[in-house]
Amino acid sequence: MTGELLKLTSVSRHFGGLKVLQDVSFAVRPGTISGLIGPNGAGKTTVFNLITGLLPPSTGDITLSGTSLLGRRPHEITRAGVARTFQNIRIFKEMTLLENVIVGMHRHLDYGVPGLMFALPKYRAAERRARDRARELLSWMKLDHKADDLADNLSYGAQRKLEIARALATEPTLLLLDEPVAGMNSTEKTELMREIVNIQGRGYTIFMIEHDMRFVMGLCEEISVLNFGKIIAHGGPEQIRSDPQVIEAYLGREDDEVSVTAGDAR
Amino acid sequence: MLETLDNFWSIYSNLVLSLGTASLLALSIYLTLSCGMLAMANAAFMGIGAYTSSILTMNYGWPFPAAIAAGMAAPAVVAFVIGKPTLRLSGVYLAMATLAFGEVVRLVIIRAEGLTGGALGLNGIPQLTQWWHVLLAVVLVLALLARLRRSKIGRAFEAIKEDETAAGLMGIDVNGHKMLAFALGAAIAGLAGVLNAHLTFFIGPQEYGFDRGVEILTMSILGGINSLFGPVIGAVIVTLLPELLRGFKDYRAVANGLILVLIVLFLPKGLWNPAAFRRLLGWRGKKGVTP
Repeated sequence: MTGELLKLTSVSRHFGGLKVLQDVSFAVRPGTISGLIGPNGAGKTTVFNLITGLLPPSTGDITLSGTSLLGRRPHEITRAGVARTFQNIRIFKEMTLLENVIVGMHRHLDYGVPGLMFALPKYRAAERRARDRARELLSWMKLDHKADDLADNLSYGAQRKLEIARALATEPTLLLLDEPVAGMNSTEKTELMREIVNIQGRGYTIFMIEHDMRFVMGLCEEISVLNFGKIIAHGGPEQIRSDPQVIEAYLGREDDEVSVTAGDAR
Repeated sequence: MLETLDNFWSIYSNLVLSLGTASLLALSIYLTLSCGMLAMANAAFMGIGAYTSSILTMNYGWPFPAAIAAGMAAPAVVAFVIGKPTLRLSGVYLAMATLAFGEVVRLVIIRAEGLTGGALGLNGIPQLTQWWHVLLAVVLVLALLARLRRSKIGRAFEAIKEDETAAGLMGIDVNGHKMLAFALGAAIAGLAGVLNAHLTFFIGPQEYGFDRGVEILTMSILGGINSLFGPVIGAVIVTLLPELLRGFKDYRAVANGLILVLIVLFLPKGLWNPAAFRRLLGWRGKKGVTP
């Protein structure tokens, strides 16, 4: 094992006759920021759903630090060290920011039934630690001043940040971000870029799906490109930017364009 | 003074104590509702608790505490068994499955005549329930639920209610927590059944049918499930209402249905809604400060 935190080996997923993912293989090295890009409908979110156990792969294997994640339920995969955010934000809207983050600490709050029933010192200490840690995580995302606000009242961009803080609360080794800057303005994007670099600096491995090319190219050391359920390219930002297949997937082939122009002219 | 109190108690003790058992029932369904599940089996769990304990005290001479324990354990075990396949259902499907289960329990009680007295019910249950039993049960259940709310289990329930998928990805065992809410709710409903049966001398299968299930749901929804006060207040209102409207006794089920509709339409969070109170008071407060 040459330092691969997450590894997908010939993973496929079919929905009935529809082949959403075919023979997808790639690896994420620990401590890096890497990304998965591709046109809409390429199957990117399905990759995340397979990794986090929301869907089982039809064939292939997914391992985290060498142990297979197959057949484990989502909460077990979270406990194994994978956390994620969602493309369509899924924060707990009726809770405060602080409560949202503390929910992520579920497994790490270990005070036993008697501790819970009688509010023993052990329980109180654990709850206090959880609150302190939650405030710290919120401060990483510059949200600590809103800790006691209702999550529903946050702006779109802030909700995305809250989701990252909540994911970090599960103490993951691998953080999966599904379109972290979707719907953010450029100031927010620049801020989030800095915050993600800081998170990496604290020892987390980050793997993201993102459409914003400037964001992906600016952050990721390694990028995989998915098109129609297949990995068509893999490499550093420079390599990806100049890959003819990637350009084709994003911009279309030249003869496509010709025919379109011809159609317009008519 | 003491005499009037005595008089009041001799007339109304049954009503006051049934406020207690109704509160227990409302709190039992609060548990599953707070976990986002619309499970309608609590009337059946109450029946299982009532019949189990009554048969044990009447026919086998069990001491009351042991009968209470059995009357709570039996529905919890049944909940565990039927929960395995049904709790993965969501929304209205869970409601349908649990309602059907309630009918099964009612019919089994009617059929198992030798044990349960069939449609005629059980007569001559020893009146073992003291007023302080009911009070203690309500206080203990409230304390237990209050502790749960303030712990990781309460937060997990709330997370599951808001978004099951997200809750699972927070490392929360969704199925395990749903089962806990369901079985614990069953035990509390069973406790209410035990206390009620040993208060009223007689129990029959029709007491634990569909009407009772709707009544339990009405209490909880009417009061609101944002806090523990809600279900208790709802239970008090739904229990007292037929006493206040004695003339309409035959329409009790109609009144319950009507309350449910009105609450869902106009007060979806129930009568007891601390957030709304705070908003209301805050608004008034501000208005008072700035002239």
